[in-house]
Amino acid sequence: MKKNQMLFKVISILCLLSLLAACGPAATEAPAATDAPAATDAPAATDAPAATEPAEVVTITYYVDDNATNVASAENQIAAFEAANPGIKVELETHPGGGEGDNLVKTRLATGEMGDVFRYNAGSLFQALNPQENMLDLTDEAWQADVIDSFKPTVTAGGRIYGAPEEAAMGGGVLYNKKIYAELGLSVPKSWAEFMANNEKIKQAGKVAVIQTFGDTWTSQLFVLADYYNVQVEVPDFAEKYTANQAKYATTPAALKSFQRQEDIFKGGYLNEDFGSAKFDDGLRMVALGEGAHYPMLTFAIGGIAQNYPDNLANVGFFAMPGDDAAKNGLTVWMPAAVYIYKGATHPEEAKRFVAFLASTGGCDARSAANGATGPYLIKGCELPADVPPAVADLLPYFQIDGATAPALEFLSPIKGPSLEQITVEVGSGIRTAADGAALYDEDVKKQAEQLGLPGW
Amino acid sequence: MKRIEATPKTPFKHWMASSYPVWFFLPAGIIFFVFFLFPTIASLFFSLTRWTLFDAVFIGLDNYSQFFKEPFLFQGLRNSLIYGVVTSGLKVVLGMMLGVFLTSQIVARDYLRSVVFFPVLVSTVGVGITFTALMHPTQGFINEALELFGVKGPAWLTNPRFALLSVALVDVWKGVGLATVIYIAGINAIPIEYYEASEIDGANSVQQFWNITLPLARPATFTVIILSLIGGLRSFDLIWSMTRGGPGFTTDVIASVIYKQYQAGFYGLSTAGNVVLIVLVAAIIVPLSAFLNKREVEL
Repeated sequence: MKKNQMLFKVISILCLLSLLAACGPAATEAPAATDAPAATDAPAATDAPAATEPAEVVTITYYVDDNATNVASAENQIAAFEAANPGIKVELETHPGGGEGDNLVKTRLATGEMGDVFRYNAGSLFQALNPQENMLDLTDEAWQADVIDSFKPTVTAGGRIYGAPEEAAMGGGVLYNKKIYAELGLSVPKSWAEFMANNEKIKQAGKVAVIQTFGDTWTSQLFVLADYYNVQVEVPDFAEKYTANQAKYATTPAALKSFQRQEDIFKGGYLNEDFGSAKFDDGLRMVALGEGAHYPMLTFAIGGIAQNYPDNLANVGFFAMPGDDAAKNGLTVWMPAAVYIYKGATHPEEAKRFVAFLASTGGCDARSAANGATGPYLIKGCELPADVPPAVADLLPYFQIDGATAPALEFLSPIKGPSLEQITVEVGSGIRTAADGAALYDEDVKKQAEQLGLPGW
Repeated sequence: MKRIEATPKTPFKHWMASSYPVWFFLPAGIIFFVFFLFPTIASLFFSLTRWTLFDAVFIGLDNYSQFFKEPFLFQGLRNSLIYGVVTSGLKVVLGMMLGVFLTSQIVARDYLRSVVFFPVLVSTVGVGITFTALMHPTQGFINEALELFGVKGPAWLTNPRFALLSVALVDVWKGVGLATVIYIAGINAIPIEYYEASEIDGANSVQQFWNITLPLARPATFTVIILSLIGGLRSFDLIWSMTRGGPGFTTDVIASVIYKQYQAGFYGLSTAGNVVLIVLVAAIIVPLSAFLNKREVEL
């Protein structure tokens, strides 16, 4: 009896150990394991629907952030795609925006829970997703020929292209209320001094000069991020040196100025009373209805105004973040988000067809139909509707002048510190000085560079 | 096999002989190992690496030195302590008051008891979101109500001076029910004879409270202190749902600093942070608990 017990004991321990041993490699191999069958299955899967039309409906998933404009255009795009492809159904899944969304996307990719197609930022945030491991290589897709070349580097990793642009290019700058400008006889500022003079006049008139919405922390970064055109006017090689750990925000006067300006806005007393808890949607309302004059923002927000305050859309204009020199006024440009296919997608061929649709004029037309135009598209052949809102009309000329645009830093350098939004909230609410904030951001960036394993850090 | 049979009775064999059959332990053992022990050991390992969820590079103690250099660590630590002490202290005082009140002979006692306990049952995130709306500086119910009396309420959650305390107060509102229940049990366990005897001696109810209820409810006080201090030190959900550590970093506690590191993709760093948090909570609670237990025995 005792012998049996001992034997049992030994066997059970062995079982346990083998269970653990199996556990280890299984977990790490998982992505590879799912890749293989997916890749080999693919041709078979596509053959079937092609041969007999209505055979069976394949359902793929599309994962986007829950920003109302993106959801609206995704729904439109899905409807148009499904109408053209009866064999494929697309299921829309959403996640919150900002850091929480980053977290969800990363976790889903890491745990193999990602659906087929997902939409995510291009540039530095894309680099942080480990594209080679997680995404399907889309370099050889036919539609790449229609994508404007300047977009491609922002979704390229290791020389391969992984994404297709979905949305118009954006400008970072200031949305302003045209009614207030007309009422007070103001003109669009081309330099920071003019901008501050306008703010003072608006404040004297008893109105809110600058809207800030720190309830959504990401909205606090515009004074810094949208100022990059002005930084690179003064220091043309800032991005390069910054990536190589040779230039810092705190010690480069042109870059430090971005933080300084945010502090000056707070000190001037130009902000709305509830700047600390107001949210992005509040900001749109305030600038559209004239509850405030200036809202530093990306131009994709015009789509939100078109949706929620269509009657007031004509009252909203746009100008680039002004710099020191009125003669060198220019725009910081954001590349739009892109759509990617998860490497372990269950239906890669159907997913590719959906992405091909999004990267065609069908995709941008469906987006325009949902939100109106918000800026120039990056797909050849995508036309803007004739009646673009004034804020978009203000945006387009920058793209037509040579040298009047520069990409935002996050598209020139893989490093963007994750705490910038908290730091700019502190600088913008007078909790921390600009110099202190810039130094802190340099520290924050260091961690990111180390995590990415960049040389020189 | 023979040799095994021949070995003298080791403690291990003794344990095997005396205990339940081994397979009784197996299900729980496997669950414990796979879900608790293994992750704990694995996290110790991962805290020594820079990993991206896909591969890990061993970097020794770099994460720990980086974690201790974290600019918000000190502030987070301070906030955690403030939060823990404030919530724990208020829960003791208010819980005791409510406990005494709800053990006295009053109308609708059972109803009031359930009212006090109710917030404990509500989801923390739900409470957080509700109070965020109530505490909105211009449109929130609290400030609008204050305005009726001509008081201009502060920006509860966005003024760095008030934000942490505002969250702590909500935590107390939510958690005081549990403290009250513990006190009710503690007070009910005090033999009625003490009160009768003191009454004969002419003690009034205040004297009874200070000389009988307070000292004899000490075990309940210790339980409340330990529970709420642990809860306060590792508190995360309420703070995250109300302020996300903001404005800026002013209400960051250790747990939210760690969470943000994880969110940013610094997995090794945040794992190291968690190891530090465990050690820290243990370093505060174990001696405190030993101290309080000793007092209890002396009593």
